[in-house]
Amino acid sequence: MIIVTPRPQWTLPGSMPRLDSSSDFHLHQSNGRYLGITVSYKYYIKLLLCIMFERSIDEINQKIKDGSVHVVTAEQMTEIVDELGPKDAAREVDVVTTGTFGAMCSSGAFLNFGHSDPPIKMQRVWLNDVEAYAGLAAADAYIGATQLSESRGMEYGGGHVIEDLVAHKSIHLRAIAYGTDCYPRKNIETTITIDDLNQAIMMNPRNAYQRYNVATNSSDRTLYTYMGTLLPNCGNATYCGAGALSPLYNDPDFGTIGIGTKIFLCGTTGYITGEGTQHDPQNDFATLMVLGNLKEMSREFLRGATFYRYGTTLYVGLGIPVPILNENIAKKTGISDADIVTNVLDYASPRRTRPTLRKVSYEELKSGVIELDGKEVRTSPLSSFFMARKVASTLKHWIERGEFTISQPIEKLPTDTVFRPMKQIKETPLVKDVMSRKVTTIKKGKSIEDAAKLIMKGQFTHLPVISEDDRLIGIITAWDISKAVAQAKYDKLDRTMTRRVITATLDEPIDVTARKLEKYNISALPVIDKNRKVIGMITSDDISKLIAKRRGFTPRKSKISWAQKPKGFCPIETPKEEGGSREP
Amino acid sequence: MKILLRFTPEIIQEPHIAEVILETGAKLNIDRASIDAVSGEVVIDVPDEKCDKVIKLFRSRGVVVSVLEHPIVLDEDECVQCGACISVCHIKALSFKEDWSITLDERRCNQCGACITACPHRALEFS
Repeated sequence: MIIVTPRPQWTLPGSMPRLDSSSDFHLHQSNGRYLGITVSYKYYIKLLLCIMFERSIDEINQKIKDGSVHVVTAEQMTEIVDELGPKDAAREVDVVTTGTFGAMCSSGAFLNFGHSDPPIKMQRVWLNDVEAYAGLAAADAYIGATQLSESRGMEYGGGHVIEDLVAHKSIHLRAIAYGTDCYPRKNIETTITIDDLNQAIMMNPRNAYQRYNVATNSSDRTLYTYMGTLLPNCGNATYCGAGALSPLYNDPDFGTIGIGTKIFLCGTTGYITGEGTQHDPQNDFATLMVLGNLKEMSREFLRGATFYRYGTTLYVGLGIPVPILNENIAKKTGISDADIVTNVLDYASPRRTRPTLRKVSYEELKSGVIELDGKEVRTSPLSSFFMARKVASTLKHWIERGEFTISQPIEKLPTDTVFRPMKQIKETPLVKDVMSRKVTTIKKGKSIEDAAKLIMKGQFTHLPVISEDDRLIGIITAWDISKAVAQAKYDKLDRTMTRRVITATLDEPIDVTARKLEKYNISALPVIDKNRKVIGMITSDDISKLIAKRRGFTPRKSKISWAQKPKGFCPIETPKEEGGSREP
Repeated sequence: MKILLRFTPEIIQEPHIAEVILETGAKLNIDRASIDAVSGEVVIDVPDEKCDKVIKLFRSRGVVVSVLEHPIVLDEDECVQCGACISVCHIKALSFKEDWSITLDERRCNQCGACITACPHRALEFS
């Protein structure tokens, strides 16, 4: 028999007495404190296996203070847990550092400019021509990452302003106001740097998505999205997230992460202020709202960026230390790229719910190639693993050098929130509600003259060309015919028509159709069924009439015929870019 | 080796490429071409051993030849090593190194420009 004296970091699990199947096991206690256990050697071994290992944040901070703390990155921890098992890994490692570095659109900063003389209550304010939200007190504004420059467009936006602030560059400030007795000034123009601001506080409503969907594009055209350039016919696939280094995958139950948790944010100390917007932990799409001092941040871990033909954003470097308080947390931090599975979505569909083509692990994604429908498709991460590792290793060094301690969260993050779609009170009209069902087509092989006659007779401008078996193979417009006549090319229809026809489907919302008309600078689309049979036509005229009706006025008859529509002329309100169900 | 050929309006009508192939026996591969009525730019891939001969011959015919030693420049200060450029590069000139940093194989690049727009950080440029 031996006597085991429990250490403070051990807690005795409730299941322990069940071990007492023989008499050679006895617990000594007084006033609820365990004084010792008398066990046989056989049970000593069993007991060691049974005793849960626990470590407190205070103990870890003490170890940080005396320099004996053992910190590893989440990637290293995956190997340690794999080798030693979670029980021994928990004894071995005190803190696991995580990291991610990627586009996080829901980011921005609160800025306080101080007061001018005479003072101005800024009603609208622009920084390098990028508008910041000024619906706050007189000299406060919030610069959001995705706001575009009014002079440079997508090339420069809020994310770039934030980067330039952090780089201590001069920023041109322009503001207007309506003027009051206390704030008489109506406009101001000046130049500032981050050092001239009273406060510059990064406050990001949604960062550090636990994982993200993979994007591909089955359509026959390149798409430019917030998931980057998506080549036609599933020519590539893009993904985000740090896989095994992902902060929220290393503590998915929020055992250590919560409100008030101290984190690495863009090169300085930041804090978790709560759940992020669209926080959806039940589907492994948890998010965080974070805060940090922009004045202390470094350009190395923060970058403005532009997704071509989509808009601007901010690349944010974020890392969370996970204190290994027990075996269970150690087990979670042992997660590998192979364990993290996400969905490949087809961004060819501009709807909220995009079709899922397959499930895929981060391990496969990181291999550079995934298989889609038997075809090898190259993958690109949009977030940087190189930088995610740098975040995790920088945080590791901070802790090892005693510069960063672990904080106890004030409150846990919710685990039961759901992410709901927008409530819409008006139904979105679909193509089938608006299109004209009377459609004239022409068979291939006919002449330009035949097409001209049909167009004249029908008083329309677009004539779909169909094959022998009634499938859509092209389109010819009044403009094409005029051009052919002007160039004296009285050729067969097939040579003059446009072959890559932009089409619509019956159940497509008209906002999607309007976007196509605008994007391709055209004025009508054939509506086709799944066999490519033409079942209707939808024109920009149909759509503008409908929009006019929705707004409650009758449109004047347009004097410009659609066929002569000047390039760039678009009477339709600019359709909003249809976002995915989860914006980055 | 990748070579950029520029054809001036005076010589655009001549079958230079065909004649250089016949004369040198070099298996030239046209990577990219933009030709209109008055001028043209063509990027060709030439086997290394026949490169000097091919260049000499094109120059003697009045074609402006430049060797694409650095077809695209990667600005290390702007690049965050994300990899957005990798999957749009169909000739696999861009890839990850072991440490997840980006590497550009200049010999493969044919200046198609897909990576330039795909880069969120404007870190890639034509040289």
